Amino acid sequence: MGVDNPLGDNVITTSLDLLVNWSRKSSIWPMTFGLACCAIEMMATGASHNDLDRFGIIFRASPRQSDCIIIAGTVTKKMLPVIKTVYEQMPEPKWVIAMGACACSGGIFDTYSVVQGIDEALPVDVYIPGCPPRPEALLFGLMKLQDKIMTERNSFGSAIGLGERYIPETV
Amino acid sequence: MATTETMTLNMGPQHPSTHGVLRLVLELDGEVVVKVTPHIGYLHRGIEKLSEYRTYHQILPLTDRLDYLAPMSNNLGYILAVEKLMDVEVPERAETIRIIMAELTRIESHLVWIACHALDIGAMTVFIYAFRERETVMEIYELISGARMTSNFFRVGGLSQDVPDEFVKKVSDFIDVMPGYLDQYEGLLTTNPIWLKRTVGNGVISAEDAIDIGLTGPALRGSGVDWDLRRDNPYCGYEKYQFKVPTGDKCDTFDRYKVRLVEMREACKIVRQGLDKLKPGPVLADSPQVCYPPKESVYNSIEGLIHHFKIASEGFAAPEGEVYQGVEAPKGELGFYIVSDGGNKPERLRIRPPSFVNLQAIEQMSVGSMIADLVAVIGTLDIVLGEIDR
Repeated sequence: MGVDNPLGDNVITTSLDLLVNWSRKSSIWPMTFGLACCAIEMMATGASHNDLDRFGIIFRASPRQSDCIIIAGTVTKKMLPVIKTVYEQMPEPKWVIAMGACACSGGIFDTYSVVQGIDEALPVDVYIPGCPPRPEALLFGLMKLQDKIMTERNSFGSAIGLGERYIPETV
Repeated sequence: MATTETMTLNMGPQHPSTHGVLRLVLELDGEVVVKVTPHIGYLHRGIEKLSEYRTYHQILPLTDRLDYLAPMSNNLGYILAVEKLMDVEVPERAETIRIIMAELTRIESHLVWIACHALDIGAMTVFIYAFRERETVMEIYELISGARMTSNFFRVGGLSQDVPDEFVKKVSDFIDVMPGYLDQYEGLLTTNPIWLKRTVGNGVISAEDAIDIGLTGPALRGSGVDWDLRRDNPYCGYEKYQFKVPTGDKCDTFDRYKVRLVEMREACKIVRQGLDKLKPGPVLADSPQVCYPPKESVYNSIEGLIHHFKIASEGFAAPEGEVYQGVEAPKGELGFYIVSDGGNKPERLRIRPPSFVNLQAIEQMSVGSMIADLVAVIGTLDIVLGEIDR
């Protein structure tokens, strides 16, 4: 390190960005926002067998308390404005997970009433395929999101009003 | 002179206890509900319209996604309707496995109901327990069909394939332990003073009103009407099984809770009878114009391959006519009404979803009660938006 360690091993030197990213990735609070079948698998992931709590992932009922929205199910044209409103109510920084074939691409419902993928309206961070995805797939998607959060730069600076948060293109 | 006026409050479609994307517009006098107007359509996916552009075999995966808590019951209703239209005789082994899976599905659907209902009212522990047991049913689903929820396992004329050897042991183990788990839930809830305060006398609907609205399933039986399609209009060989149909007499949320718990116990007994009846044999009817050929002949002979290709690409032509088949799904009477014009696709497929009809009772059940009790009413109706909006 090139720095004397007067306090021994009791001190970790790191960048503030890493500290902020680490705390953000360890406490992703998604919104309880079930749309269709995938919501049941999302509940199953949060329940006893898979237990999302061990990742620090706790479902919040209000968008104002959450920083991640899992689009779990079919998005219809009637529902899309509601999702947009809810997304805008979430405070920055916020992430979007498209869970399941319907949220990724419309799935098997290529009809007059179904939005062909939530990425038409929201910036999606992680796409999880499956109809519905297994709980393991959702867990893997959430871990991918954690990896993505760790690559972000200027997380601390942007939080105190210095410049923008920088998100690298690829993970 | 102080005046009061009612307040209009929007509940949903983003709300943790509306079971998906139901939206209610409430008129409140203080905390008392004066009027409830459900707004639906937030999950309208056009399944009925899509069905007009699919062959009879291709519609099956769409039915999985109607009531996604009970995929096999939906499959069963649709498949029975097509078999009635085509006049196909189903082998006994296939019928028995269908009943075993339909009853396991009933248990699974009721498990999610008790989990969400209790969670809405404030009992978190039941949610954790019920999802633990649900996971076992999901493993059985996965064992036989490869998918956890959208199983797509039944076929017109039988099943897509025979069940593996460990199926019987796995199901048998599950129904051995399930009554004990049900005792556990009852221990947590049935005598719990908070649970009793929230459910007894809540959401009352009289038997006459229930019949007038068209309620079916546990919502109807909780009001004391002794009506179950499995017993009163048997299908798929249910007449060979012995089971009780539980009814309530207080017509309230607590009675509907008790009815569903007894239904789960009865479902365990039906599954046990089914396992005893299970004998080796074919699982697909011998009617080549309707059914897929066995996989061995598809892989090993050109005739089998052509047969498979024909069924998969153009399906089969159904005779002209109309047919209705209702089944006792976990939430009530699920009906499929098919109109055929003689082609390989239905001219019209109408689905009679139990939740859609049961939702009508929400106004009668909740007017005059507190807004917090409305959450219990939504839970007791056990609605699934997938089949309400279709």
